[in-house]
Amino acid sequence: MNATAAAPRARAAAKAVGTGPAAIATAGLRKSYGAVTVLDGIDLTVRAGTVFALLGPNGAGKTTMVRILTTLLPPDSGTAAVFGADVVRTPEAARRHFSLTGQYAAVDELLTGEENLVMMGRLNHLGGAGARRRAAELLDRFDLVDARKRRVRTYSGGMRRRLDLAISLIADPPVIFLDEPTTGLDPRSRRAVWAAIARLVESGSTIFLTTQYLEEADQLADRVAVLHGGRVVADGTPAELKDGMARTLVELRFAADDAYGAAAALLSGPDVRAEPESLVLRVPGAGDAAQVKHLLDLLEAHDVHISRLTLSEPTLDEVFLSLTDPAAHHSAADTNQDAT
Amino acid sequence: MTATATAPPAPAPPPPPRHGRLYWAAADTGVMIVRSLRQVARQTDGLLIAVILPVTLMLLFVYVFGGAISTGTDAYIDYVVPGIILLCSGYGAALTAVSVTADMTEGVIDRFRTLPIMSSAVLIGHVVASLLRNTFSTLLVLGTALLMGFDPKAGPLEWLGAAGVLLLFVLAMSWLSVVFGLLAKSQEAAGGFTFFVLFLPYVSSAFVPTDTMPAALAFFAENQPITPVTESVRALLMGTPIDGSLLPAIAWLTGITVVSYTLATTLFRRRAAR
Repeated sequence: MNATAAAPRARAAAKAVGTGPAAIATAGLRKSYGAVTVLDGIDLTVRAGTVFALLGPNGAGKTTMVRILTTLLPPDSGTAAVFGADVVRTPEAARRHFSLTGQYAAVDELLTGEENLVMMGRLNHLGGAGARRRAAELLDRFDLVDARKRRVRTYSGGMRRRLDLAISLIADPPVIFLDEPTTGLDPRSRRAVWAAIARLVESGSTIFLTTQYLEEADQLADRVAVLHGGRVVADGTPAELKDGMARTLVELRFAADDAYGAAAALLSGPDVRAEPESLVLRVPGAGDAAQVKHLLDLLEAHDVHISRLTLSEPTLDEVFLSLTDPAAHHSAADTNQDAT
Repeated sequence: MTATATAPPAPAPPPPPRHGRLYWAAADTGVMIVRSLRQVARQTDGLLIAVILPVTLMLLFVYVFGGAISTGTDAYIDYVVPGIILLCSGYGAALTAVSVTADMTEGVIDRFRTLPIMSSAVLIGHVVASLLRNTFSTLLVLGTALLMGFDPKAGPLEWLGAAGVLLLFVLAMSWLSVVFGLLAKSQEAAGGFTFFVLFLPYVSSAFVPTDTMPAALAFFAENQPITPVTESVRALLMGTPIDGSLLPAIAWLTGITVVSYTLATTLFRRRAAR
């Protein structure tokens, strides 16, 4: 995966600041279902040619956002435009600029992979010959040539997703919306889909994807916005976000007051959380072998004995909390700790 | 990597309008019809039902019930064929509901709706496929009937008239099915509608004359659309008196078509915008 991970980094360096035209722009988008506010004033700008990830837990409003941007759902208020075409006032103009790949593979199970592509090509008005030519190219590009004459019903989840992505490219749209492209896939298929998305990027398209996986946003996106409680609570490059995010905590428990005191003196730092009552120190960091070894070596060198060492990974909820409120993060981490 | 090298592509220009709106509306609908027909042809179970149901019903009514039913005509087969045609084509048309629900619940509809095509093309595709499918099954019923001794008295004009009424019937039932398909939350629920349509002909003059029924049932039977439609087709094929059933039949079917079409397109827009 290093190859796919490296590509966005290089581009991020060149484009994250982005001065290109806005491919997608929203201002004050709001949407409620009855008393439930799903989107509560969303302002976003996605620069052309970049990969943008909207990250959020289930029910955060990611799909609602995509449906509004793709003209399927009118917002209660606010505006949204794709390459300047307002999605409410001029939906037909907006639709010329994008393709949508929804959360559930939108492929026709009774048709073959090739028939699905040709059909969508025709519906995009490429003409019969044009649609067939484009279908052949995409089948090749997405590694579906051998399966092209098979009905989609016999495809694996990963193959369906690849076909789905191929369809989204059929008319070479400048903007591609991908709503949770890897939800429900096993890790291997997920990697294959990531590679396929990396190929979409090569075509120079602007990609707007939603995901509930931090790792996915990190792998694919130039820029990430975190959606929580109907608002964008964080917006930046993956690197910027990770700096502000909750990290793995190495929890060190000590048997005696003097050991605890010595360790606290050795490890003091702004991020280290000390709990003198329970003789526990929590050290944030990568949580990898190197960090653990470093900690153990340091304490060993000073003859400080640890009674117990545990690693606690931040949950997605903690990450979201830490993005909204650092104080809340501490208490969430503590609650988590008490529970274990 | 310089900023110029990574300059994003300009937005795609709108496709050149080499053809008019009407051309594309027709072309898109054509693509959707091919799609629906392929789906029909590849659902083996559905196809088997389309073949077995008409033939079985014909055998059942003529050889099992036929001897016991007195309709006042010489041969029961001459009485019952129009009813069986309506039963089979009505059921076949009702299956449209299941296809529409499948489309609406399986995500493919969002993709269609974000294409620059006429939004009702997918619905029209299902309806036209239903017309073609039921033309085939009706010919099958007729073929079986003729083999079993069905003896129609119709001239060319009457055949044409009967075909017209039957096509209008399938059109009306198909659009009605589209409405139910759009309302249904699951394919199972949509399947329930097909049973309703399957039973409707039994409470009409399709299989037995209505004057043998209890008063309340007879009243319903005489005033539901299947009766005038059956009577019209029977009159046209067998040369029996048409007794003013043709106009009510056409009025019913046109009414159902217009109301259902309007409802379907409105529902389609609304349902997709949730």
